[in-house]
Amino acid sequence: MADKPEELLAEAEALLTGAASEADIEAVRIRFLGKKGALTAILRSMGSLSPEERKELGLKANAVRDRIEVLIEEKKSGASATAQAQRFQAEKLDVTEPGRAFPRGTRHLITQTIDEISRIFMQLGYSVTEGPEVETVFYNFDALNAAPNHPSRDLTDTFYITEDILLRTQTSPVQIRTLQSTKPPIKVIAPGRCFRTDTPDATHSPMFHQVEGLLVDEGVTMADLKGTLDTFAKRMFGEDVTTKFRPHFFPFTEPSAEMDMSCFVCGGKGCRVCKGSGWIEILGCGMVHPNVLKVGGIDTERYTGFAFGMGVERIAMLKHGVDDIRHFYENDVRFMKQFG
Amino acid sequence: MLVPVSWLKEYTQIPEDVKEFADKMILSGSNIETTTTFGEEISGVVIGKVLSVEPHEDSDHLVVCMVDVSGASEDGQPVQIVTGAPNVRTGALIPTALHGSTLPGGVKIKKGKLRGVVSNGMLCSAGELGFEDKVVPVLHKDGIWILPEELSDLPDIIGSDAVKALGLDETVIDFEITPNRPDCLSILGMAREAAAVFDKELTLPSFKAEGESSDASPTDYISVEIKKPALCRRYVARIAEDIVIKESPWWLQRRLMFSGMRPINSIVDITNYVMLELGHPIHAFDIRTIAQGKIIVDTAKDGEKFTTLDGSERTLTESMLLINDGEKGVAVAGVMGGLNSEIEADTRAILVEAANFSSDNIRLTSKRLGIRTEASSRYEKGVSAALSGDAAGRVCALISETGSGKVLAGAVDNYPGKTDPIAIDVRTARMNKLLGTSLTQEEMEGFLRRLGMTVVSEPGLLHVTPPHVRLDLKAEVDFSEEIGRIYGYDNLDVTLHKDNVEAGKSYRWTLRDVTRDVLTGLGIFEIQTYSFVSPKGVERIRLPQESEARRFVKLINPLGEENSVMRTLLLPNLLEALALNAKRSNAQAALFEVGNTFRTDGASDGDFSMTALPTESVHLSIGAYGGNWDFFTLKGVIEGLLSRFGISGVVFEPVEDSGSWHPGRCARVLIPTDFGNTPADPTDVPAEPDALAVGLFGEIHPDVGSAYDIDAPVYAAELDLDALIEASNLMRHYEPLDKYPAVTRDISLLASEDVTVGQVTSIVTSNGGRILESVKLFDVYRGKQIPDGMKSLSFNLVYRASDRTLTDEDVAKVHGKILSALSAGTGAQLREI
Repeated sequence: MADKPEELLAEAEALLTGAASEADIEAVRIRFLGKKGALTAILRSMGSLSPEERKELGLKANAVRDRIEVLIEEKKSGASATAQAQRFQAEKLDVTEPGRAFPRGTRHLITQTIDEISRIFMQLGYSVTEGPEVETVFYNFDALNAAPNHPSRDLTDTFYITEDILLRTQTSPVQIRTLQSTKPPIKVIAPGRCFRTDTPDATHSPMFHQVEGLLVDEGVTMADLKGTLDTFAKRMFGEDVTTKFRPHFFPFTEPSAEMDMSCFVCGGKGCRVCKGSGWIEILGCGMVHPNVLKVGGIDTERYTGFAFGMGVERIAMLKHGVDDIRHFYENDVRFMKQFG
Repeated sequence: MLVPVSWLKEYTQIPEDVKEFADKMILSGSNIETTTTFGEEISGVVIGKVLSVEPHEDSDHLVVCMVDVSGASEDGQPVQIVTGAPNVRTGALIPTALHGSTLPGGVKIKKGKLRGVVSNGMLCSAGELGFEDKVVPVLHKDGIWILPEELSDLPDIIGSDAVKALGLDETVIDFEITPNRPDCLSILGMAREAAAVFDKELTLPSFKAEGESSDASPTDYISVEIKKPALCRRYVARIAEDIVIKESPWWLQRRLMFSGMRPINSIVDITNYVMLELGHPIHAFDIRTIAQGKIIVDTAKDGEKFTTLDGSERTLTESMLLINDGEKGVAVAGVMGGLNSEIEADTRAILVEAANFSSDNIRLTSKRLGIRTEASSRYEKGVSAALSGDAAGRVCALISETGSGKVLAGAVDNYPGKTDPIAIDVRTARMNKLLGTSLTQEEMEGFLRRLGMTVVSEPGLLHVTPPHVRLDLKAEVDFSEEIGRIYGYDNLDVTLHKDNVEAGKSYRWTLRDVTRDVLTGLGIFEIQTYSFVSPKGVERIRLPQESEARRFVKLINPLGEENSVMRTLLLPNLLEALALNAKRSNAQAALFEVGNTFRTDGASDGDFSMTALPTESVHLSIGAYGGNWDFFTLKGVIEGLLSRFGISGVVFEPVEDSGSWHPGRCARVLIPTDFGNTPADPTDVPAEPDALAVGLFGEIHPDVGSAYDIDAPVYAAELDLDALIEASNLMRHYEPLDKYPAVTRDISLLASEDVTVGQVTSIVTSNGGRILESVKLFDVYRGKQIPDGMKSLSFNLVYRASDRTLTDEDVAKVHGKILSALSAGTGAQLREI
């Protein structure tokens, strides 16, 4: 064993160069810096020296110890990097293997569509309200200004439970219930199920969904109706769509209109979705008929309002390209998986 | 409503460009279903005259014709054409498709040989020229189209282009007429609209016959008595003599055909023409058949038999109007004439009826008899009584014009329901307020006048009298649409109403959303199923006889038995949806529905005395088959949802007699009813919470599964979601995070199968004092080393104090108490792990 610190340093350097593993490095540490190590021995032996010699040797020995410690650290980190690299190589994955599938359900497409419509109208300040599916003739027809002998009241069009109780054919009765229970300003939408005696086929269902809307306040105009529904169409189908209002007839609105929207598929050039016309019929609307407001006890001179109603299935089918309304009520998971 | 554009142009001026016309009409409220262009594809078809018809030597049904097409043939000579038409005859004018011509649908006609004989073209039927079978003139419906003889009088008709000569180039627009506008179910009505839209004059047709005869008076022939004035507001009768039943002139036939009606004979065609032109139904009787010329408008006798002109014998009721002559019925008023008074080939004098019948009455009669005619559907929608005189006059004018008879001057006009036109006050400010416009009074007045209204104006107010045919205009508000649509909805501003209303959704709506979020997050798909179901569903799910869910709200008129009652439970629909997926070989399906159920106290079996609306409550169904689903998966889902709802203290109780579920694998979910409401008075300690049963879940009974053809085990739940929402509490309070370490102890019990985990955890919890933090089952073992009828249950108990580190002594004291309570309470052998 060398007994001079410089020699010890040279020896340690040589040994560390040859060290291959963390164990070899540890052996070097113990040999030089351990309790019984060579450098420790030198420092312990200094008692027999003169103060000057002790100081000189002490300085040298400490410098060498520090240097060896640095060398060991450097060697150690190098060794661990190598070890890590080997480990990474061993642990390498084929990242193109599929991920572990977590089950993920979907909301029914009708629910999703109602959610989206509701979200848009809530952003415009409308609250969501509801009414019963089993309704009275009064709320479904009489109060909505429907002619007493209108064919839509027939057993061939409407499902009845008694002479006075029926399955609502539209969500419009919620207008009346809201007008009766609330004071203006009234600003609600009412999504829900409706029923008509249609035999199921690709485009008809005896049960379907509508979203009704009602705004009653001072100073509400038909221009506001246009603005509201145009905003809705743009948010629902894209900023590029334009709308067109055509005069139409509903007993509970006057003036009445149907809103067409430029085809969001072809941009109005004409395609299969819009049947070549460039326009798609989206909803019915109008200014609430004074007779309807009166049922709700509303002062028709002070307040005006508008109402609208849209078919949820139709909007969902248009937006998602669904070609058969029966898919909605068959509930085949292969269909439902496509919408989540 | 089919409108041939050329006919419309007779009454007003419209843009030449059909698209421009159509677009403006649509924006003004006359929506268009379809626009059909006729004649465009036809080329090379000329008017030919048959010179000779010779038998074909090699065929019984073919004949060989020489057809004069004047200069239209290649060599200027008559062409030889072979045809199989049975009605071909010498002298007939026939549309002839020459070699190289094109017919609708792109059909090319070329010369060829038929059974060895050269044919240089084709003699055409009306169908081959693009007309639907139902409008082909009755005379030629089974053969080639023999054109009316009057055409021979036209100069240079032979060989001329058939499209031009016959006016086969036509655009027909099918307008969608809304139920409030019966006046638009006529060419003149649509012309009135067009005139208003394009601000042009409206020209009316002639309502007066040329050369009316005063030799006799209508009253010489007939008398009219209206016995039911409430059902017949007006009855106008005109008489025409010297009737000649013949083929109508081509211009009239042509208009009928393009409007979707089949030409029959001059008199029938004229009545149909006037109905199309004016929208007023007309009926014609053979006067010979009216006993003593008496027309009595009265209701039929109950059970009275009557044969309508379609040959069917009908049984009438006393609500139906039957025109009679004092001896017999002659027509079901407004619906269909009688076979006994039909116009025949030898009819010499006719009664022209233009009457106004109650729309409600006609609708009911038509419905009860199952007859819907052009006339009845117009009466149902509404016909102006003020129009009857002109309608009868128009028929007479056409009879005279077409040389079909001699019209007697004067009419028998019985008009008990006559009313004076009423002017309606329209405030201009109100109109602007509704429309969001600032139109001037003059502008509004102009719009209304364009619609044919009479307007008297004073400052801020218009007194408006609409044309009598506008039955829809009754109140001030109705004029807002008239002004708005003529001004143009597209010219209205686009604004948003300013208000300070805040949006929101109800708590119930929110919680249903939460439910959907939780369940879809767990991989379950939301379904929607019909609210009306088959009453057999409760049998299929083996619902106990005494169950409330058998009290159905029933439909009077269901589509079928399978949709005949309102659902009381969601389970049958859920199982059907699972069955559909199983049948379609979907390996697994996990579904849920949030849906309304309907219960009533009043109605049940065949009893429609229900007076109040049924109670609608929202249920939640969850169900699955395949995959890793089992009882405890489903229970975990339910526990997860209840936890999200903030409902604690839930108890699961075994149910053996549910019917629908496996007797050993079914649980009732019980939730506490105090909902954690803090009593107002702190000394008022709430009683032991009563439990509310909110539903059942478990493995579906194998017999029920079989009833739905599902082989795999099915796990399903039906819960009262409204009750869960009522009990829910989404508010969460912060609890300090644990500062001191926990002490855990695991224990195993060798217990009899009767001992439930619920019992064990309940004993542990009630003896755990304040330091027991949790107790969790982590293993259930049966098998080796465990005697039959026994099981080993292993639990992990966690102790912790919130204010200090627990010592071994602290834990030992409580743990010991728990162990002895367990031993005493369950008889189990205990083993500390």
